[in-house]
Amino acid sequence: MDRLRLATVWLGGCSGCHMSFLDTDEFLLEQADVAEVVYSPLVDAKEYPEGVDVVLVEGAVCNVEHLAMIQRVRERTRLVVAFGDCAVTGNVTALRNPLGGALPVLERAYLRASDPPGAIPEASDTVPELLDRVVPVHAIVPVDAFLPGCPPSGPTIRAALERMIAGEPVDLPGHRIHFGGYGQPPSPDGAEAMPSRAFRGGRPRGD
Amino acid sequence: MAVTTLRLNGAMISAREGQTILEAAREAGTRIPTLCHLDGVSPVGACRLCLVEVNGRLMPSCVTKAAEEMDVRTDTEQLREYRKMIVELLFAERNHVCSVCVADGHCELQNLAEELGVDHIRFDYLAPECGVDLSHDRYGQDDNRCILCTRCVRVCDEVEGAHTWDVAGRGARSRVITDLDRPWGESSTCTSCGKCVMACPTGALFHRGASVAENVHDRAMLRFLITAREEKRWTV
Amino acid sequence: MDLNDLIALADRERADRAPVELGVCLAASCQYSGAEQICRSLSETVVAGGLAGRVRVRKVGCLRLCSEGPLVRAEGEGTPPVLYRKVTAEQAPAIARAAGGAPADGVATADLNAPFFSMQRSIVLENTGRVEPERIESAIAAGAYRSLSLALHEMSPEAVVDEITRSGLRGRGGAGYPTGLKWATVAKMPPGQKYVVCNADEGDPGAFMDRSVLESDPHRVIEGMAIAAFAVGADQGFIYVRGEYPLAIERLDTAIRQARRLGLIGSDIFESPFDFRVDLRIGAGAFVCGEETALLQSIEGRRGQPRPRPPYPAESGLWGCPTLINNVETFANVPAIIREGADWFAGIGTQGSKGTKVFALAGKVRNTGLVEVPMGMTLRAIVESIGGGPPEGSTIKAVQTGGPSGGCIPSDLFDTPVEYEALKALGSIMGSGGMIVMDQHDDMVALARYFMGFCMDESCGKCVPCRSGTVQLYRMLDRIERGVAAPEELERLEALCDMVKHASLCGLGQAAPNPVLSTLRFFRHEYEAKLIGKNGEGTHSPIAR
Repeated sequence: MDRLRLATVWLGGCSGCHMSFLDTDEFLLEQADVAEVVYSPLVDAKEYPEGVDVVLVEGAVCNVEHLAMIQRVRERTRLVVAFGDCAVTGNVTALRNPLGGALPVLERAYLRASDPPGAIPEASDTVPELLDRVVPVHAIVPVDAFLPGCPPSGPTIRAALERMIAGEPVDLPGHRIHFGGYGQPPSPDGAEAMPSRAFRGGRPRGD
Repeated sequence: MAVTTLRLNGAMISAREGQTILEAAREAGTRIPTLCHLDGVSPVGACRLCLVEVNGRLMPSCVTKAAEEMDVRTDTEQLREYRKMIVELLFAERNHVCSVCVADGHCELQNLAEELGVDHIRFDYLAPECGVDLSHDRYGQDDNRCILCTRCVRVCDEVEGAHTWDVAGRGARSRVITDLDRPWGESSTCTSCGKCVMACPTGALFHRGASVAENVHDRAMLRFLITAREEKRWTV
Repeated sequence: MDLNDLIALADRERADRAPVELGVCLAASCQYSGAEQICRSLSETVVAGGLAGRVRVRKVGCLRLCSEGPLVRAEGEGTPPVLYRKVTAEQAPAIARAAGGAPADGVATADLNAPFFSMQRSIVLENTGRVEPERIESAIAAGAYRSLSLALHEMSPEAVVDEITRSGLRGRGGAGYPTGLKWATVAKMPPGQKYVVCNADEGDPGAFMDRSVLESDPHRVIEGMAIAAFAVGADQGFIYVRGEYPLAIERLDTAIRQARRLGLIGSDIFESPFDFRVDLRIGAGAFVCGEETALLQSIEGRRGQPRPRPPYPAESGLWGCPTLINNVETFANVPAIIREGADWFAGIGTQGSKGTKVFALAGKVRNTGLVEVPMGMTLRAIVESIGGGPPEGSTIKAVQTGGPSGGCIPSDLFDTPVEYEALKALGSIMGSGGMIVMDQHDDMVALARYFMGFCMDESCGKCVPCRSGTVQLYRMLDRIERGVAAPEELERLEALCDMVKHASLCGLGQAAPNPVLSTLRFFRHEYEAKLIGKNGEGTHSPIAR
């Protein structure tokens, strides 16, 4: 049987999702017989290849390079997985959106927040032009599965990969699929059930 | 006391007179998702998550009294889809960035998304520009995280009796304000009791200077206060 | 005041009629196009020309053919009435001098026998354009407060409720709830403080029926409210008028003061034990305050936001008391029903929709203005006969009824009769009476987007489906209209419409998807023609903006 052609892509994100991917540890090595990583920031491949089976896309779409990349990825890939909160929601990468557009963001970063004030860099071949809005992957191309989390946990990634390698739908009962922090799993019964904590500052002054 | 019997997801259950469908369902061990609802303050039926199907019609279970002959369904495919959409609309409406939110890990919106299987948002993120009010020395208010459930408004009015909070503006431009839109720290009515922070389901109201792990909305304390008041435990 | 005083007053007023009466329409539309100046000019000519004994100038209400305003109606003994249209101040002397004889030369007139007038049937508007809205004597001469006297002296409250029930009158605010049933519910509540509220927060774009009634014949509404109060056991009424109707507010205020001065409202009305006071409450511009629970909140001085029903206002309304709330036009029907009887009213209209309906006819027709037609008249008769059909170069495509809560009915269904159920079956509603005619140049997606924008701006923000759903629907419609939406956008649009319709808290949100759903039903091709990437190319939404 042919090995599964797996890729990972890094768009506008912090690479934390890739770190979490590496957190699957020996699982990655064990998969070498059934899957091959054909493109990734972690391997030496310059061009995104044709005929990819599964891609994990980390990060939001923020600039023209991401836009071209995600479209190429979609064309050449069977299953596109939005990998982590930036790819799924925009997350931290999209925090700039309330500023209104690319120019106000550059002005904020290079003129107002810079001391002494600098200059907005000229558009060049090396720095891709920013899009006016940062958007999640599914706002540009159809996405087949979503793995939210900032980052998704190693075990969740592993479970998802196992499903994909086995050719099953990425449906993960028993895994906490949620937005937000890895280190802060929500309590099973919601905030209502959290134990009362002594907050001296917040205690009422008698009622 | 008069008791009514009704059908809940096919099973017969009983409800005391005056009980809402939500209360009766809870006693019967059936969970109905809620967000604007807060035990001890008046219900408003605003978030629409607790909608249930009553004899074929959708009704908010938090304000609908249980009645004889009701055939209530709490978990139809239509309701599940509507609830998902409502949670997605809330995520799209303001800037809910769980990963950097003070309520990450103890947020009812975040939990509901997980419970309802919301793994992405199908609507446009509106990314409005929202303010953060840090004028109060103990608490902060972040409109980016507000879902306009008005729990703070009700708990402040009905439990603390201060009515510091209210809603200004309309539609998507609505926001909760203190006094007549003065900074919270300059409010002359706020007693700094913190009940609004205890009641807030998200990271919109929070303790200043506390870590994310510490920023728990202390619902148990709130429940204790409300129960004590209702039962007049402190009356001499 | 007793009935004899009222009759004497009416007689005096009638005796005071001049041989020639000139009625100048001073409703808002004509007023804004210069009717005040015309009125002054007419009066000056009458005085200067020594015509004072023969000609009298009266400031009346709406003369209906609004598109041809300013309008002046001349009525003289022995000559047929003449309706002058597009009158200017310069033409006023000619009109005054011609009074009673042949129509003034060089002044355009409207044919009062044309279908626009002859096909109308007036109940609500029977005195509109005839009485002077700022003079109670004029209204009394036309019969105002006679029905109230009749109800107080010759009927029991139960009999009044029964009369309204048997008449088959249904709420004219849009939903068509049986009026008698509502009255009976309030009447059956235990005795104690009860209220009667008139909903005059008319806010649909293109609708001006209630405004015209209030500006033209305010006493009719006050009388209707008083009869209702007697029937249900209330002693206090509120009229909630939107602040954007300054003229209606002014005339209502005058009318209330005049009625109070004559003892027609207040204590011991018509020397009976019945007390009834009316106060005005002015809305501050929120469309949602036309929703009854939001309106009541607003009267109480709270933020105008709806609350879930039940409890209905009939059980728990203003300050928790049983409250009867009806629309302006509903109350305006009441005096006629009491005067003529339920059977007379029930004889007009169709099986399920009795009486008449007032429409504000606007858009791509020759005659626009205020029309009152018997229920059951076809849309075709209204649009083509009364409205006079399309102007030159225009082909009528559809009519929109019910404003932002209603829908579009295509021209091939114009044989549909105007009645609650028939319009509902077509995905529209009777609504409060806005009727906008559209032609081939009107884009249905743009129309749906416009109304969605209206609902988005007017959403109170309380419930999530309406507050946030309308924003998303607006953006979807905007993308479709701009031609940048992919085919699946249409499915998402329909799915969200379905949720907003079924999950919103009040009528505003529940009905907000109607203009979209009804245009999708009849004009789906207009949506589809704007979608991109139908052949698998660019099959996903572009960057959401």
